[in-house]
Amino acid sequence: MSVAVAARRRFSKVDWRDPNTLTYVGLGFLALIYPTLVYLINPDQGPALVSQAADAGVFVVMALGLNVVVGFAGLLDLGYAAFFAIGAYTYGMLASGQLALSPIGHEVHLPFWVLLFVAVLVAATCGAILGAPTLRLRGDYLAIVTLGFGEIVPRVFRNLSQFTGGVNAISAIDAPVLPYWIDGPWDGGASFAVVQNLKFTAGEPTAYYVLMVLIIVAVVVVIRNAQRSRIGRAWMAVREDEVAAEAMGVNTVNIKLLAFAIGASVSGFAGCYFGAKLSTVSPENFTFLVSVTILLMVTLGGMGNIPGAIVGALVIYFVQYKLLSDLPHWVAAGAGALNLSQHATNVATDYATRLNFVIFGLILAVTMLLRPQGLLPSRVRAQELQRGTTDESVFDAAAT
Amino acid sequence: MATVAGALKQTRLGISGRVGGWIFYGVPLVAFLVLILPRLFLNPGFFLQILVFGVTDGAVLALIALGYTMVYGIIELINFAHGDIFTLGGFIGVLIFSLIGIVPGKDLNLGFLTLFVVIGVMAVTMAINGGINVLIERVAYRPLRHQPRLAPLITAVGMSFILEGLMFIWKGPNFIQSPDLLPGGHFTVLAANVDYRSIVLIAAALVLVVLLTLFIERTKLGKAMRATAQDRDAAQLMGIDINRTISATFFIGAALAAAGGILYGFYLHNFRFDTGFITGLFAFTAAVLGGIGNIRGAALGALLIGLIRAFNDGYGRSEWSDVLIFAILVYVLVFRPTGLLGMQVPEK
Repeated sequence: MSVAVAARRRFSKVDWRDPNTLTYVGLGFLALIYPTLVYLINPDQGPALVSQAADAGVFVVMALGLNVVVGFAGLLDLGYAAFFAIGAYTYGMLASGQLALSPIGHEVHLPFWVLLFVAVLVAATCGAILGAPTLRLRGDYLAIVTLGFGEIVPRVFRNLSQFTGGVNAISAIDAPVLPYWIDGPWDGGASFAVVQNLKFTAGEPTAYYVLMVLIIVAVVVVIRNAQRSRIGRAWMAVREDEVAAEAMGVNTVNIKLLAFAIGASVSGFAGCYFGAKLSTVSPENFTFLVSVTILLMVTLGGMGNIPGAIVGALVIYFVQYKLLSDLPHWVAAGAGALNLSQHATNVATDYATRLNFVIFGLILAVTMLLRPQGLLPSRVRAQELQRGTTDESVFDAAAT
Repeated sequence: MATVAGALKQTRLGISGRVGGWIFYGVPLVAFLVLILPRLFLNPGFFLQILVFGVTDGAVLALIALGYTMVYGIIELINFAHGDIFTLGGFIGVLIFSLIGIVPGKDLNLGFLTLFVVIGVMAVTMAINGGINVLIERVAYRPLRHQPRLAPLITAVGMSFILEGLMFIWKGPNFIQSPDLLPGGHFTVLAANVDYRSIVLIAAALVLVVLLTLFIERTKLGKAMRATAQDRDAAQLMGIDINRTISATFFIGAALAAAGGILYGFYLHNFRFDTGFITGLFAFTAAVLGGIGNIRGAALGALLIGLIRAFNDGYGRSEWSDVLIFAILVYVLVFRPTGLLGMQVPEK
């Protein structure tokens, strides 16, 4: 009885007019029905669409992590893809035949579920090592140091070719395997299994999708609790006025370092999943473009707001991997309909493939200029970003 | 977590004082004595050759680093778009050269006239590039001047992407060729071939840096810049037009970057839309190494970065050069964030 009462009390406290609540409910509902929906509407493309949704989830997770760094703590991290790369390479090297070719000379195949946490630890350690010296300085140094770090990490992985395969990438990485108590040791006729036929294979991406949804839920819960705790208030204080926060007894360096390390570890988490899903890890997957894409997701969605980051990630993923990648086909089709010459069609299609950078840059700059609080703003953050225009003294104190 | 951070904090405090100074100067000195100096005696010709490459590289880098350091000094913004402004300068230079009929591979043999053509084209390019940067400042950075610091930083990243994207649309993903109007030939010192082109390039960069220093120290606008950098509010109270001064800073920064772009094209012959990204990162490292906000520091830092890269390319393995330079950035930030010659940014 008490559980039911508690649940009812909890439920009655929910503010249904809050856009964030509506977003959470809408997204949760969408996540539940999405696989069924695509199989119903478009059965041929079903697996591909579910697989794409799982890939989009990787970006959602990273946007959630970067939101902690940029949105909560107000630090600009421009090398976020570096931690993603570290996570992916951790998994790639420790769960494939790659190390047999290296001086170590022995294959390592650790289970995915263990490596998820190893990747988190490795990424968080790298984040702490990078952040500790730079976070003591003014915030904008972090931006340039992380930018450099983001450039260097893929290069290091490319140069250390005897360990990482260099430009040839690591391929044939192990797929995750469910533990026996879920999958059942009675493989094949798995009548006693908790979940039947949930296999991590490329052609049947439902398992990856389910795992991704679970990861997102877990990350949201952890980050949301951190935000609503003492740590979250400390982040807000540091972001708004570092001097005042320090005077109030907040250890600003540690609290910034914590945000940075949490962001890094979430990215490492996503990287590990990414490596497992794609089954191949190459230095080309972690360019500056990826870091900026994630920054774009957080900025557009609304800095400092968790549902904002999720929505921003989904919107930008759709723009980049659906609209922009299909645009050349549409242009070619349009040119065909207009009976343009082959040369003109080629030129037009060629230009259509080059729009990526400009569109990303425009979205970033225009969002910051016209709606700095983003699509789904956090109330605190929106006030902060708008009040800054009239109240100069706040800016000056924070700029020290 | 807290204990790790606490331990790191302790170490950090331990190395920032006098000990930090010893490490800051000591480690590079030891590295130089052990790794570089013996090679001078083994093969002085090759050493000198590398030295020439390094100084030439540093001269081009200095022209970019100055733009970073000036903008940071005056409005404390890391102008991420500056590296792309440098590439844009090179692109515009190539365009103007091709408009007046100078394209790569064509032998014109203008003789002494070349000097005037180059100076003329360079002046026009510098003016156009400066104008573009002023426009960017007006549209993208000025409205955000009183926003939290994050806002203009993100916008600067956006502007960098827009510039790269426009150049990508304009010229596509391939390298574009630049004409080369530097004199050929070389003279030989200690078995090292010193190209005349390197000498001209270094001289050109040196002239520009000296002109800039004179401008900042002797003219009224230069004085206004220094005043604005020191204390914007007080400068405004003294009747200085802040907006005009900041615009002038952006103009000069971009003009120098354009000169750098043209010289880079002459020297290395080709570049593409994203050349400025990593070059800009190196230039920023140079500015930090010299002490951000400090004009002489930026020039010195660029020279050192150029030398370090040349030594690593010559004696080490060139694919690690980028990693080394980035390591230097972190090294400076850990042991001496004020750089070699001291930071010159407002203490608020």
